Amino acid sequence: MSPEVVLPIIIPLFAGALTLAFWRSTFYQRWISLFATFALLGAGVWLLESTREAGFVVMQMGGWAAPFGITIVADLLSAIMIVLTGIIGVAIAIYSMADTPDKHQKFGYFPLMHLLLAGVSGSFLAGDIFNLFVWFEVMLLASFALLTLGGERSQMEGAIKYVTLNLFSSAIFLSAIGLLYGMVGTLNMADIGDKLSQVEHTGMVNVLAMMFLISFGIKAAAFPLFFWLPASYHTPLVGVSALFAGLLTKVGVYALYRIFTLIFIGDTEFTHTILLWIAVLTMLTGVLGAAAQFEFRRILSFHIVSQIGYMLLGLALFTPLAIIGGVFYIMHHIIVKTNLFLISGVVYRLLGSYDLKKLGGVYKHRPGLAILFLVPALSLAGLPPLSGFFAKFLVIRAGLEVEAWVATAIALLVGLLTLYSMIKIWAEVFWKKLPEGIDDSRLTGKKTDKQLWVMLIPVVGLTVCTLYIGLNGEPIYQLASEAADQLLNPAGYIEAVLGERP
Amino acid sequence: MESLMAYVIGILFAAAIYMMLRRSIVKLVIGLIILSNAANLLIFAVSGMTRGAPPLIPEGAAAPLGIIADPLPQALILTAIVIAFGVLAFAVVLIHRAYEVVGNDDLDQMKDTDT
Repeated sequence: MSPEVVLPIIIPLFAGALTLAFWRSTFYQRWISLFATFALLGAGVWLLESTREAGFVVMQMGGWAAPFGITIVADLLSAIMIVLTGIIGVAIAIYSMADTPDKHQKFGYFPLMHLLLAGVSGSFLAGDIFNLFVWFEVMLLASFALLTLGGERSQMEGAIKYVTLNLFSSAIFLSAIGLLYGMVGTLNMADIGDKLSQVEHTGMVNVLAMMFLISFGIKAAAFPLFFWLPASYHTPLVGVSALFAGLLTKVGVYALYRIFTLIFIGDTEFTHTILLWIAVLTMLTGVLGAAAQFEFRRILSFHIVSQIGYMLLGLALFTPLAIIGGVFYIMHHIIVKTNLFLISGVVYRLLGSYDLKKLGGVYKHRPGLAILFLVPALSLAGLPPLSGFFAKFLVIRAGLEVEAWVATAIALLVGLLTLYSMIKIWAEVFWKKLPEGIDDSRLTGKKTDKQLWVMLIPVVGLTVCTLYIGLNGEPIYQLASEAADQLLNPAGYIEAVLGERP
Repeated sequence: MESLMAYVIGILFAAAIYMMLRRSIVKLVIGLIILSNAANLLIFAVSGMTRGAPPLIPEGAAAPLGIIADPLPQALILTAIVIAFGVLAFAVVLIHRAYEVVGNDDLDQMKDTDT
């Protein structure tokens, strides 16, 4: 028995039910949320400890032996993702205590948040491909509701695109599962990986690989199907945006990492070359889209797309160093991106706008906040010694080693353009003078805002995490390299799930 | 039977995509409904269609005798139907709200958040 592998699913589900029970009292809902997310983080750390010790933690639901029952399995990558989910959960729970309007809290903001976290954790731990689909849907449904909570026009418009593309992707995912089952007769991912090597029709396997690639590519916001993301991520509350930005697309990336290291590895010449070009185009279109924007959250949304490209590049190069870089990149990105969204929310609280043209003068009155922005922003652009530098360094070095010159050159160029975007935000929001006619009473401190410091706690915490990853790179690198090692040797995963084979 | 199903599923997918590409949001949702049904039928068809052979194990035997219908795809379809039902119920409410807020059912009028 190893309860730590199911705790990350049970805790948010239970917390979701508990907050529902306290529907009328937003006070209890907030504190339950805080405790539950801390518990989730604790469970994640516990899981990480046991996976580092044992390699894999496997649990067969209901005692049915794999591949017949549903398997919950954690390897190091899953455990890392769960820890990150916990960190983001805690950050959002604290931030939401201060910055969630009553109207949202009364309509189930906190229960939905926990449901979303349960869906995300479930996706990371599912060892069965249909189970993965179900957790995806749990996560999606919660995200639909969170996205539309508030019911403003822009939210409705964004939500229609978000819902349509995600449902389309789910339908492709479901069809692909059906076809895969028709071919190998099993749903357990380890068993599929084991059996697929014996299938003769490689053409059909590649078709399936492409179906999964499209489906997860939509969810990960990869080129060319990312348009739902910049159309919707800037519409809901900042807390919701930050939660989505940190976790949702990364579930798609995680699923791609899982299936393209475990299942579809027979014809990497074909599949991973396509992945490589998708990665390159994702990086480039994302960063160019951001360069054209002049709104805080829209710029950040486009940068999510461009950063997804780096993670996919790590997977596509498919060398040990590249996978290490990819895993490192995911760890760095989740923390930094959520942090930047939260800072955009703090600035909105101070000046009442996301439009760069209507912002300014923050550095003059709040230099501390400006520094808090600068750390994740420069980290995103990949300046040493911050976390983004090491992440980019690993991926680009892996690119140079396999002589993928074009991809590496574009990765470097995108880093430069990212810096351009971040400097644009810095210059417009923090450095330039505040334009005439903007109410600056909150910024200068004439009007006191008692809850502002609560919003700054998660920002400071996540900045410390970024600095920790950057300044203490060696242990994190070690962790990423152990995770990559497991990903590149799927035999270990298969053996852990299915047991010893003759 | 299988080839007939293949055609039906193909037509359903085509119809779904066509409906989703229309400008009206009502037709968009109809497209999504047809799409989820097409995916469910696809699972049913590819996992092998067996007529009149329930997966029952006769008394005293350890495994079923002869060819049986595979119960797992049916369980998958049932789960997928329930999920699709919930999600589509949400989508219907969403388009209703969108229609109320925007005052129009034309997708071309909903481009404010695009870039």
